[in-house]
Amino acid sequence: MAAPDPNAPAVDIAAAMVTAPSTFADWLLILPVAVPLLTGAILVMVRHHTHLHRPLAGAGLAILLGLNLLLLQRVVTEGPVTMMMGGWLPPFGIAFTADVLGATFATTAAFAALVATATAGPSINTAERRYGFYPFLMLLMTGVTGAFLTGDIFNLYVWFEVLLISSFGLLVLGSEKRQIDGTVKYGILNLVATTLFLASVGLLYGTLGTLNMADIAAKARAAGPEAPLVTIAALLTFAFAMKAAAFPLNFWLPASYHTPTPTVSALFAGLLTKVGVYALLKVGVLLLGNQTGAFSSVLVVVAGSTMVIGALGALAGSDLRRILGWLVISGIGSMLIGVAVGTPTALTGSIFYAVQSMLVMTALYLAAGVIEARCGTGDLRRLGGLYAVSPLFAGVVLVLFFAVAGLPPFSGFWPKAILVEATLAADLPWLAAAVLVAGFLQTLAVGRVWLYAFWRGGPEGTPDGTLQLAGIGRIEDPADRIALVGPVVVLAGAVVLMGLVPTVVGGLAEDSARGLIDPAGFTARVLGATAP
Amino acid sequence: MTDPSPAPTWILLALAAPFLAALVAPTVHRLFGRAAAFALAAVPLAAFVGFLTLLGPVADGARLTTGFDWWPSYGVRFSLLVDGLSLVFALLITGIGTLIVIYAGGYMKGHPQAGRFMSFILLFMGAMLGLVLADDGITLFVMWEATSITSFLLIGFDHTRARARRAALQALVITGAGGLCLLAAVLLIGGATGTRTLSEVVATGDVIRGSDLYLPIFLLVLGAAFTKSAQVPLHVWLPNAMEAPTPVSAFLHSATMVKAGVYLLMRLHPVLGGTPEWTTVLPIVGGLTLLTGTLMAVRQTDLKLMLAQTTVASLGLLVLLVGVSTDAAIVGAVGYLLAHAFFKGALFMIAGTIDHEAGTRDVTKLGGLRKLMPITFASALVAAVSMAGLPPMIGFVAKEALYLGLDEAGRTALIAVAVAGNALMLVIGFAVALKPFLGPEVHTPKHAHEGPLELILGPIVLGAVGLGAALFLHGFSEIIVLPMAGAITGRPVEADLHLIPTYVSTPLILSIVTVALGVVAYLALTPLRAAVDAVVRGIGWGPDRGFDQIVAGLVGFASVVVRVVQPGRLEAYMAIVLGLAVVTLLAPLLLFGELPAWPAFPDLTAQEAVVILIAVSGLVAVVVARTRLTSIVSLGIQGFAVAVIFVLFGAPDLAFTQFMVETLSVVILALVLTRLALGERDHRPLRQKVVDAVIGGGLGLAFMLVLLKITQAPFDRTLTDFYDTYSRTIAHGRNVVNVIIVDFRGLDTLGEIAVVMITGLAILALVRVKARTPILPTPETGKRK
Repeated sequence: MAAPDPNAPAVDIAAAMVTAPSTFADWLLILPVAVPLLTGAILVMVRHHTHLHRPLAGAGLAILLGLNLLLLQRVVTEGPVTMMMGGWLPPFGIAFTADVLGATFATTAAFAALVATATAGPSINTAERRYGFYPFLMLLMTGVTGAFLTGDIFNLYVWFEVLLISSFGLLVLGSEKRQIDGTVKYGILNLVATTLFLASVGLLYGTLGTLNMADIAAKARAAGPEAPLVTIAALLTFAFAMKAAAFPLNFWLPASYHTPTPTVSALFAGLLTKVGVYALLKVGVLLLGNQTGAFSSVLVVVAGSTMVIGALGALAGSDLRRILGWLVISGIGSMLIGVAVGTPTALTGSIFYAVQSMLVMTALYLAAGVIEARCGTGDLRRLGGLYAVSPLFAGVVLVLFFAVAGLPPFSGFWPKAILVEATLAADLPWLAAAVLVAGFLQTLAVGRVWLYAFWRGGPEGTPDGTLQLAGIGRIEDPADRIALVGPVVVLAGAVVLMGLVPTVVGGLAEDSARGLIDPAGFTARVLGATAP
Repeated sequence: MTDPSPAPTWILLALAAPFLAALVAPTVHRLFGRAAAFALAAVPLAAFVGFLTLLGPVADGARLTTGFDWWPSYGVRFSLLVDGLSLVFALLITGIGTLIVIYAGGYMKGHPQAGRFMSFILLFMGAMLGLVLADDGITLFVMWEATSITSFLLIGFDHTRARARRAALQALVITGAGGLCLLAAVLLIGGATGTRTLSEVVATGDVIRGSDLYLPIFLLVLGAAFTKSAQVPLHVWLPNAMEAPTPVSAFLHSATMVKAGVYLLMRLHPVLGGTPEWTTVLPIVGGLTLLTGTLMAVRQTDLKLMLAQTTVASLGLLVLLVGVSTDAAIVGAVGYLLAHAFFKGALFMIAGTIDHEAGTRDVTKLGGLRKLMPITFASALVAAVSMAGLPPMIGFVAKEALYLGLDEAGRTALIAVAVAGNALMLVIGFAVALKPFLGPEVHTPKHAHEGPLELILGPIVLGAVGLGAALFLHGFSEIIVLPMAGAITGRPVEADLHLIPTYVSTPLILSIVTVALGVVAYLALTPLRAAVDAVVRGIGWGPDRGFDQIVAGLVGFASVVVRVVQPGRLEAYMAIVLGLAVVTLLAPLLLFGELPAWPAFPDLTAQEAVVILIAVSGLVAVVVARTRLTSIVSLGIQGFAVAVIFVLFGAPDLAFTQFMVETLSVVILALVLTRLALGERDHRPLRQKVVDAVIGGGLGLAFMLVLLKITQAPFDRTLTDFYDTYSRTIAHGRNVVNVIIVDFRGLDTLGEIAVVMITGLAILALVRVKARTPILPTPETGKRK
């Protein structure tokens, strides 16, 4: 922004722009987007020096995690903070607005990505590095972080596009036939969702004349009956629900998540659907809560059926990573309860669930990667004997499975208990029953998998009472072993810790929930502080 | 009831100790070998001694609580309560736990995973201790499920056997379902009483009984209690759990964990008990379980299974007594619970010792062990006398007390059930204690000899306790039975327990009848077994097979569901997604009155009309085109027409972009498609075409309606005016669109540039990267490639 042009008519800059220079602390809002974007660009430049990729990406992700932690600490103490891109006053420029919800998700995502990327050393080959694994990864993180931190709904769309196209790149990397098939379904269905999102942003702009989230929250509540906001909210919910893989819009997930390398599967499981859930929480509750409330009964049905159908899918599966894909979907149902019920308790439960699910599902896909690396397959019929070979690894996976099924004392049970309580308090006994039934089915499903892959003496057909371990290979290089198994252990440790000490994530979830049901406070923080 | 007073904080340590011991158990076992069991047993023993010191204060009516905040803002406190009920359970868990740890040391000697086994046993012990001590409902749930999980690990300990694996999963699934019921019950109780703290809940008197939520709470509590305490028909997991090593059967599946359901009923008795539902359902289910268990026990020849089925029966008897709900019946339940823990724990350990030393536990393949295993024989006799309800054991006292309770309550039918059940218990007790030891010596797989100290210690101690409790009945009653009964009823309980009958009372007569029946049945055991076996075979179906059918049914149903909801065809996915999008748009428009007003027919100029006509004809051509190439080109016609509309309405930038996009996409699509089957005709069946047309038309209609609605309201020009005003003056650009792209919303553009870059990279990757080979050595390839 240059100084005013002497030839131009005199203007009052303060009426259009933030005149105070941004403090360094405020840069904290945009740095989590700038760092991975820059890292990604640098990685493209040094595309042929593949040995540089891993340290560069690792450093970028570590810095990202650090920045997100600083940001999280700031929003927890101060409430939502905003920085205006280009210095234009809200709602005219693009706002970056971090609240506890966004910062929590961004931090968890960065942690999951950092840990998952540790497995990329042995599992991504040189050609895949040269053709962009790490740039795709960094751009994926750019999109994910941008989506969590932006305060502008069109800008949210842009980050959705960034993360969609990077995930597309990650998904296709490897060019196996089933990957291409998965990528086509993933790509086309997600483009539909993104297009519907774009269309609804256009409709929303046409109705309210603004794109700033805080401004939308205020104007949507002041809008008269001539504004078709319920319809627009329904379309937005539809688009985000599809992104989140809610039933019956979940087709793309089971079609694609098991096809790329396990590292990529793990990243997707931890990050992608949660962006959809985040958008549902942010837009469906904070911005348009009044409108989505009109069809909350539909959301109740969607949440309940997503949980149960996902669990059934997991029960029916015979391929490890496909089963995990259905478990991701089942978890999405739990996260939708917050949107459907809308009470602080329900939102707390859903947000807690989302955070722990990011870590648990990432860990489980990485564990599946270890199993596939050692046994050469993820087919349950051909697995077996892993408990006899590595009892500690088996124990870690069991912990993760129990966390998914919501069994205490692991991370999944707190949100489950809270969600049951919230649904009972909201007089939705059937939804509470769905949570419990889904938990039951998940227990059965994961128990089955563990019985086959770990406890059974060997592949299907192994004589009773004997061990048949010939099919299980060994990861010879100790560095590879640490790189592949270490992340699973670290994440499982976090899962146990979240179960035993629920106050950290639980407190963040409570703070986030309080923020979501206070649109007036959000608007005042964003527009009030900087408005002329 | 007195107000709770603070408990000594060592109780928290006593609860943590088994968990900590579990962490080091494998190491301790590796370092100390055989002595490890004694070292590890010191942990529960210390806790046991500690709990003993609390007997005095608790007998005086003290209720002690301690704990720490777990998640304060959610109202969860990790709180513990020591009262008559939980203290007795804590003593059983730590006391029998001590003996079991020692016993396991002998039983698992030489097993490669003995250390791990110890670890699991200790983990369970901690969980079980937490379960009975928990004062907070959430803590109770956590511990409850923790016992299910550790039970799962222990039942499946011998994991290469399919039966063990199945039994473990069955137990996990059934008791896990009960755990979910418990969670819901705890939360509903919290809703009804405003607290999840059990000591506060039981002080609320009639609040729950008077609430609309009573029935759901009651049913959920039953769901939890009946699964854990193996009531018919949910009992199937318990006999199957005998797949576990015997120390597990003795500890979890007779003395402690299976009593958790009874514990829950007892704990909530003050606020749930005494209602018609309670006094009807519990005795019926309990009575059925008692009869089923004893009859099934008669059928067995495996010592452990005989005992397991009588455990089911005893749990039924306990539920029956708690269901009767009177003070006397509760005293009977308490007495029987304790007696059962002593004699059944001992008998299981004895069965394990026989199995361990003789190599079989099939009662028909055993005999004449009395000389080879005299101590085991003696302790078996002591336990069987107690199980049979004969003096001078605590079992006799308990049986008298429970008959008195049933008699006072006037429940004649239940008396008959209890007498029949107890008579059969006598049969099984003596069958286990006599058959392997009497008669001629039988050749056994292993050459039998007396078990080592570790194996015989437990039965001796438990026998002595069962005898001592009866001999010092007054003290036992004052400091153990009555405080526990008082905690269950919620008020002080009076009872006169006696070992030597002072007069010919109804219970005494019932006892004599029981013994007489039992002796007759014992003598006729072989024909009786054959008869029961024939009946069971005749029925041919049981809940155990039912479980398999349910699981198989669920998996089959799930497979059908998956085939329906995930058919694997992109066309189907697109049709469903877009169809649902139509509904999503149209439903709110109709339901929430957001339909637009009927628009006035627009006043079109000639050129506008022509352009629209071109656009429409382009669309028609797309639909009716016979080949794909025609379709693509026709779509281009429509696109160009829209671009012309942009020109007509003064948006040259947009029009230019639209022209570029349309040109490029038609060219690229046509180029790509020349590689593919361009001439291919549309082979969709008519029905499909109609469905597609409806979806497509619907989506167009829906968007048109929303757009009409929006354009009918005045547009908020705040942003437009701002951009118009400041585009030139501050941002120094005359083309507002450009300024928006590069300045006002420059970040969006940065993001889009990134998208273009990634797209390029992705295409490069798609073209260049060859199909991957396994990165890591696998059994098939062997080498890294």
